[in-house]
Amino acid sequence: MSATRLKALSIATVVFLIVGFGLAFFWTPMDADQGFKQKIFYLHVPLAIVALLGFMAGGVEGIRHLRSGDSRHDVSSYIFIHLSVVFGVAVLVTGAIWAKASWGHWWVWEEPTLVSFLIVFLMYCTYYPFRYAIEDRDRQARYASVFAITAGAFVPLNFMAVRMAESIVHPRVFATSDGGLPNSMLLTFLVCLVGIGLLWLLLVKVEMAGKHASGQVSKLRRALESDSGNSTVGSRIAPSMEVS
Amino acid sequence: MTPTRVAFAAILGKDLRTELRTMRSLPAMVLFAVTTFIIFRYGLDRTTLSGSLAGGVLWTTLLFAAILGINRIFVSEQEEGGFDSIRLAPIDRTALYLAKAAVLFIYLCVLELIVVPTFAVFFLQDWAGLVPMLLILVGVNLGFSVLGTLISSMAVNSRARDLLVPLLLLPLVVPLMIAATSASAPLLDAAGPSYDRFGTWLLVLGLYDGVFCLVGYAVFEFLLED
Repeated sequence: MSATRLKALSIATVVFLIVGFGLAFFWTPMDADQGFKQKIFYLHVPLAIVALLGFMAGGVEGIRHLRSGDSRHDVSSYIFIHLSVVFGVAVLVTGAIWAKASWGHWWVWEEPTLVSFLIVFLMYCTYYPFRYAIEDRDRQARYASVFAITAGAFVPLNFMAVRMAESIVHPRVFATSDGGLPNSMLLTFLVCLVGIGLLWLLLVKVEMAGKHASGQVSKLRRALESDSGNSTVGSRIAPSMEVS
Repeated sequence: MTPTRVAFAAILGKDLRTELRTMRSLPAMVLFAVTTFIIFRYGLDRTTLSGSLAGGVLWTTLLFAAILGINRIFVSEQEEGGFDSIRLAPIDRTALYLAKAAVLFIYLCVLELIVVPTFAVFFLQDWAGLVPMLLILVGVNLGFSVLGTLISSMAVNSRARDLLVPLLLLPLVVPLMIAATSASAPLLDAAGPSYDRFGTWLLVLGLYDGVFCLVGYAVFEFLLED
């Protein structure tokens, strides 16, 4: 991605996030039940949705990598999962803050969505030790794709099982008995969701540009070293994009 | 090309014969499970268990005993060059996956044949819930074997194989454990077995087994390429 498009994307992200949080703080009505602390909803829920979609997208990229053998898909699968794990930390932290504010405890086991998210998060945390334990690069990429696919299939099953096991106390803001979200809240939520989505996309693009650059550098270094008859290339743990 | 059915039977027979001669996995799994019961007896300070506590103790023990077996399921192939032979042989690679999953399924059934009655003798006062429990055991064994075979084959080719199996498998089997414990808690109730949402949980087990059977079948081939 060219620098100008990256710049445009960053500006769009910043605008959406500022507008979204501005609307959340100054325009949306106070929640009748929870008051000001409900505002964290505009950060927590978009983060969770984007992180989960990122995990699933990582699985789709895994499938595309196995089908085509193109290592670019493996790199994007890695980046998608990596950034979703980072977003996942934020989801768990904001979720714990919300739980403390609403129910008085940092962690509430009866709350199925947060518990499911924790399980999914722990699952994806094992992606790193698994990936780095395999030395051969092709095999590493293939196995990581298999992991991404398996874990991607696991996400919906896990949410279903945890939801079924618990009584539902998580705020069901979209479909409550008295008619759901007011339009102003829904609009603000959507702006925040787009903003967080753009943030995720922006970080993906930045990470990809970084991988692309480091791939080129190591290719050049290899070329240099093979010229001087010395071929000791340090082993990398994260995948980098090879360019032809 | 040898038919998959023949290859499957050959690998399955080979593994069961090896286990019968060397006894490398099953006795360890059984010993581990029985010892764990004793630890639970003192850890929880109970001499009888019922309801969700009984379900929790039984399934936790079975899960960790299963992990011992899952850890070893591909070790002989890795150490003795079985993977290379499978790659060279004119057979469909998924035959190896299916055979290993079947071996694991049989291991788990044998394990439970010994461990579940032991559990009943140690802790249960009412054994009537154990008959419908068979359905849950089969469902969970199926899930453990399709998923365990996949994870084990991924972990065995890495540097940290003994560490990776529990690490990868535990979060993946959480839904399986939720379904198993939720279905068995009412069966093991002190007041006699009840079937609260039994069918629903069996359905969850079936769905889980089905999904991961398909995933394992679809991706296993890629783990064997070299």
